[in-house]
This record gives sequence, C-alpha cells and structure tokens, in this order.
Amino acid sequence: MAQAEGGYYVPHGSNWPIIGSVGLTALVVGIALYLEGIGAGPYVLAAGVLITAWMVVGWFGDVVREGVKGLYSDQVDRSLRWGMIWFIFSEIMFFAAFFGALFYARALSVPWLSGEDPATSRLLWDSMVLSWPTAGPGMADLEWKPMGPWPLPTINTLILLTSGMTLTIAHHALKEGHRGKLIAYMWATVALGTIFIAFQSYEYYHAYVDLNLRLDTGIYGSTFFMLTGFHGMHVLIGTIMLLVITLRCMKGHFRPESHFGFEATAWYWHFVDVVWLGLYIFVYIL
Amino acid sequence: MTATTQDHAHHEAEPTGLKRWLVTTNHKDIGSMYLLFSLAMFLVGGAMALVIRAELFQPGLQVVDPYFFNQMTTMHALVMIFGAVMPAFTGLANWMIPLMVGAPDMALPRMNNWSFWLLPFGFAILLSTLFMPGGGPAGGWTMYPPLMLQTGTAFPFVIFAIHVLGISSIMGSINVIATILNMRAPGMTLMKMPLFVWTWLITAYLMIAVMPVLAGAITMLLTDQYFGTTFFSAAGGGDPVLYQHIFWFFGHPEVYILILPAFGIISTIIPTFARKPLFGYSSMVYATASIAFLSFIVWAHHMFTVGMPVAGVLFFMYATMLIAVPTGVKVFNWVATMWRGAMTFETPMLFALAFVFLFTIGGFSGLMLAIAPADFQYHDTYFVVAHFHYVLVTGAVFAILAAAYYWLPKWTGHMYNERLGQWHFWLSVIFVNVLFFPQHFLGLAGMPRRIPDYSVQFADWNMISSIGGFGFGFAQLIFVYLLWQCIRGGQKAEARAWEGAEGLEWEVPSPAPHHTFDTPPVIR
Repeated sequence: MAQAEGGYYVPHGSNWPIIGSVGLTALVVGIALYLEGIGAGPYVLAAGVLITAWMVVGWFGDVVREGVKGLYSDQVDRSLRWGMIWFIFSEIMFFAAFFGALFYARALSVPWLSGEDPATSRLLWDSMVLSWPTAGPGMADLEWKPMGPWPLPTINTLILLTSGMTLTIAHHALKEGHRGKLIAYMWATVALGTIFIAFQSYEYYHAYVDLNLRLDTGIYGSTFFMLTGFHGMHVLIGTIMLLVITLRCMKGHFRPESHFGFEATAWYWHFVDVVWLGLYIFVYIL
Repeated sequence: MTATTQDHAHHEAEPTGLKRWLVTTNHKDIGSMYLLFSLAMFLVGGAMALVIRAELFQPGLQVVDPYFFNQMTTMHALVMIFGAVMPAFTGLANWMIPLMVGAPDMALPRMNNWSFWLLPFGFAILLSTLFMPGGGPAGGWTMYPPLMLQTGTAFPFVIFAIHVLGISSIMGSINVIATILNMRAPGMTLMKMPLFVWTWLITAYLMIAVMPVLAGAITMLLTDQYFGTTFFSAAGGGDPVLYQHIFWFFGHPEVYILILPAFGIISTIIPTFARKPLFGYSSMVYATASIAFLSFIVWAHHMFTVGMPVAGVLFFMYATMLIAVPTGVKVFNWVATMWRGAMTFETPMLFALAFVFLFTIGGFSGLMLAIAPADFQYHDTYFVVAHFHYVLVTGAVFAILAAAYYWLPKWTGHMYNERLGQWHFWLSVIFVNVLFFPQHFLGLAGMPRRIPDYSVQFADWNMISSIGGFGFGFAQLIFVYLLWQCIRGGQKAEARAWEGAEGLEWEVPSPAPHHTFDTPPVIR
C-alpha cells in the first residue's frame, strides 16, 4: 500500500453501500408489508434487519481497520468530523418536527378546540373545556393519568447528566493516557445508559398498566410516546455505540492525539443528553 | 504538497461491468449515474405529465379514470422533484464540485455511493405502488391528511420510499458540505469559490435542515394511520393543519433546494458566453444566503386559505414579498454581467438566457401569489400550477439542461451537435410557453388544479396547453438522441471547451481523467 504521508485517503470500491441499500429496502418493505397485514412482512423485515446489521458491522469494521492502520490523515479526520456534525444537525431537525407538533398542540390546536376560537369549538364540541394535558375532545370519557416528572423522569435526568460527566472524565483520561481510568469510566457510562433504558422501559410499562396512558391517548399520548420513544431509540443506539467504543478502548485503538471514533460517539451522546433536557422540561415539567 | 492516497491494494483488480458501478467510490462515476438516473426519471415523470395533459385535452373524461388521474398528478410531482431535479443537481455537484475546488474526490466517497444507490431502490418502491391494490398515492404530492390516509395498500410504501429518498438526500448533502468545507485546494478561500459551489453549499445546508422535518411529518402520518396517534385529528386534540405547517416548513426550503443550484449554474454560464466576469460576485453570495434564510420563515404562504390568525397571514405575506429583494439582486447581476459583453449564443447560453426571462416570469407570478387577499382567489387554481412550472421547468430544468450542454464536452470529451442543441432549445422554449402560459389564464378564470374534468369555458386554453405539453415532451427526445451521440463520439473537445470559460474544471483535459487533482493545485 503506497501511503503518502498526510495524503487524502480515497477508498477504492466498497460492497457495503449496495448491501446497505438492499438491507434498508428489505427493512422498510418488510415493515410496510407487516403494517398492511401481508404474510411475508416479518420475514422480509427480519432479512432486512440482518442485512442492515451486517452492513453496519462490516462498514464500520472497514473504517476501524483503516483508522487503526493510520490511513486517515488530518484532512480525512476533518471530513469525518464535518460528517458527524451535520448528521447530528439532521437528527436535531428530526426531533424539531416532533417538538413543533407538541408546541403547536399546546399553544394553538388545544386552545382553539376548547373555545379560544369559537368558530371551531362551537361547531364541533360546544361547551368543551380543555386544558393540557389532554387526550382531546373525542376522548373526554377516557380514564387516564399523565406522566409526572417525579420520580422516574427526574432520576433518569440525573442519570443522563451523570453519564455525560463520566464520559467527559473518560475523554480526559484518554487524552492524558490514563488507560485504567478511561476504561472504568467508559463502563460506567455504558452502565448509566443501560440503566436509563431499563428505567424508561419500566416507565412505559407503568404508563400502560397503571396510568392507562397509551400511544393512542389523544395528542398527549401521541406527543409523549413519540418524543420519548424516538429519544429512547437514540439512547439505545448511543449505548451500543458507547459499548463498541469501550471495547475499542480496551483493545487500545485510540491514541491521546487521535481518537475521532471516541469523540463522534461522545458528541452523539451529548446530543441525546440535550434532547432529553428538552423533553424533561417541555414534556414532563411544563 | 500532499498527494492523494489511492487504495492500491484493490487497484489492480478494479472491477469492470456492472460491478464497477455498484461499488464505485469515484465522484465522476457516481455523478454520471446520478445524471443518467435523473434523465430516466425525467422521462418517466414526463410520461405521467403527458397522461395528465392527454386527459385535459378536452373537457369530459376520455383517457383515464379520475382516480388514476389523481395518481398521475401525485406521482408526477414526486418523481420530478425527488427523482429528476434533485438527483440532477446532486449529479452535477458530484461531477463538478471536486473539479471546481481542486479536490481529488468527494470527502466521503463510500457514503457517496450509498447516497446514489438508495435512489433506484427508493424509486422502485415508490413506482411499484402504482401496481398495488388501490393504486398509488392519489392525494397530491403534499400528502395532506386526512385525504392521504385514504390511500390503499400503497400508503406505508409511499411513506418509506420517501424516507429512503430523504436519507439519500441527507447523506448526499453531508458529503457536499464536507467536500466544500474541507477539500478545497490551498488558496481557494470561500470567497474565491465558483458560485455553483456556493449555491450548493447553501442548498446542502437547507436539505440537511428540512429533509428530517419531512421525515418527521410523514412518520406522524404513519403512526396516525396504524398506531392510533392523533397528531392530525381534532378529536384527539391534534389538527390536520399541523401537518400542513410541518410539511411546508420542509416544503418551502425544498423549493429553494430545487432552484439555488440553478442560480449557481446560470451564474457560471452567463459570464462564459458574455466573456465578462460575473457582476457582483459577493452580492450573489449574500443574496443566496438571504434567500435561504428567508425560506425558513415563509412556509405558511402555501396555506393562506386554511384559516390562520390574520397576524400570521400578514407576517407570512410580508416575509414572502421580501424574497423578491435578493432574487431581484440576482436577476440584476445576470443582466449586468451581459451588459456590453461580447456575447455568443451557443445552446447553454440560450438556455441560460431563457432561464433569466422565464424564471423571472415565475418569480413575478410568485409575487402575485404572495399577496394574501389575491391568493384567496388564486389558491389551488391553475395559476399556481403555471407559477411553479415556470420556476421549476423553465427555471430548474432549463438550468440543468444548460449545465448539461455546458459541461458535456468536459464529461464526454466530445462537443455535442450544436445544430441539434439549437433545435432542442428553440422547440423547448416555444412549446414550454405554449404549455404553461395559458395556464395563467385558466387559473385566473378559476380552473382548479388536480381535477381531470373542467367546465367548457376552459376548453380552448387547455387544448393549447396540451399541444404545448406534447410538443415540449417530444422535443426532449432530441436531447436524449444528442446525448447518446455525444457520448459515442463527435468533434474532440479541448481542455477549455468554451473560449470564455473560467475555473479549475477547464484546467484538466477533456474528458476529465478518472482521477483528477490527486495533488491539489495552488490557487493564487
């Protein structure tokens, strides 16, 4: 391999993108078939998940191997950084759509339905008074309770904030070359992420069983479960990323001056953290 | 100077045939695939348009049943937007941005391949819905609930197809931004970049900002349909209008995604054939950025008739009119570039000139639509159809054709057949006006859009419009033939194929070798 020092690494041909296209297509077609009740759905979906997972493992494996070989110059490193930054920005905008739905419901559609705009409410649900949280005028007789901020969501907030701290401590340890400290704090971060997921699973169980709060409990249930659900999926992905990074730390893949894989994962984790703070304030407290 | 590291281990066994295209990481290969895919989709979407125009040739129902007509209007839009125009621009970005900034390739070459290959898969899903029980989506490309929720089996397939296309666009845009920010040759400062690169930088930003919002909107449609959420149902405290807000928060930046790279192309071509540098380079950059900013705060002008608070209507009306200012700066600069230039009128320049005239007509009709009280009359009429076809066909598509003619010598190494190019241009520009100009009259007279039948007083202009449609459609076959001819052979193109052309892409031979700028050039 002719390696010009500091050159820009342009990989030559890769099978992973086309495998990823097939996998992603099978995955979404499988879900669509399942939703339409067509028998092959689950099998196509399973195939899609397996192929996509194979692609993710293989593609990232290639990148890790190239990185460890030292093929990535500073300039490649910067490309990867820009890539990750803009990917996270796209994720923020994805969440923005759901936050937008929440704000719209709370600031506009629910007040309008409850008489602030007489033309709407009088024609449809006269004399209905709504407040937040609500399942909407069509489910006025439904018995359910909203999810309060105490105790689990607040504990989960502390857990995520702590995980951000342990991750930062691990990062400093990596930069200062304290291998033992790095690995210990990485495992702590993974553990905190896992506990968060466990608590949130219990929270969902509690919502469905004790509070009768479900995905179809009107606009409150819709926004609550979609926002916290998508966030939970991101925590899951982030925890898997942290786990992989922890194992890579143990293998000694990272150097104090060069460890972009670590940093990208840390950025992602902080992003997940910040989104949670938004959720905690706007979904649970206010 | 730093050199590029090619992965030589695989170099000897460089794949050939189909495999080459499946696994390629080369920006020129991927750019070519994007452009050819876009042409194929342009013809598919065009065929759908001809079904629409055939049905509208006369009042009454002759050719297709109304439900299929609605599928055609919906699919025509989705195919043209996500299949023809956006991939064409991404293809141009792939081919030209690394050449223009002196980079060896795109910043993230493998992801580049994935961005492209998701498109054929996404469109396979989308187009297959036409053959499903209940047919394809028929509620319009905007997919408003509750109408969209009445789609048959196709419903989740449409949603997921758009997710796949969105993922492709986001990855493509991330690549463009990383390339522009990180891969410029030494000395290529931001304010020395060609304007096409600038417009694409801003376009890519818009795409990363709004494609995820579309993904959110259609995900809510999906969960409303299958999982009982009530985002868009008043009974549950939601609101169908919420969908429109979220959709158009994506939709309005989207229409600038479809036009900003066109501005960049026109700003490249006019100086070449006027043999003068672009007038007001930095004002062009600032105007593009202003348009991008404004695009985020004007979305509700698509929904003036929905029943918004009057303060909202006024805000969106004035903000929309403000866009005329930076757009006017651009048109002024193009005209000023030509002022006292030594002009010649090869095909790319003809398309660019037609762009300046006809896009401006589309801009003016946009200004009319921005006036809320007037829009109450124009909303959902053929006037809107005329407006956005002027900006998208004589705007975006003409710019793409201009770009194709302009850079074909660089891509193929051959000059295209100028005589055929002129025929293509003149037939296109005449028929496109026969096609769309009467639609202004139809709309002002009250003909609604997306309806297969109409009252007899609209018959004459509809017939004329349909004649224009078929003329324009078949004129594009000249381009297909010309392209085929140009790829196969023809007069050898020089490195600087056009006398007045400036820019790094003209410093490399024609056709551009498979690998260019392995060692970055130095820009003084």
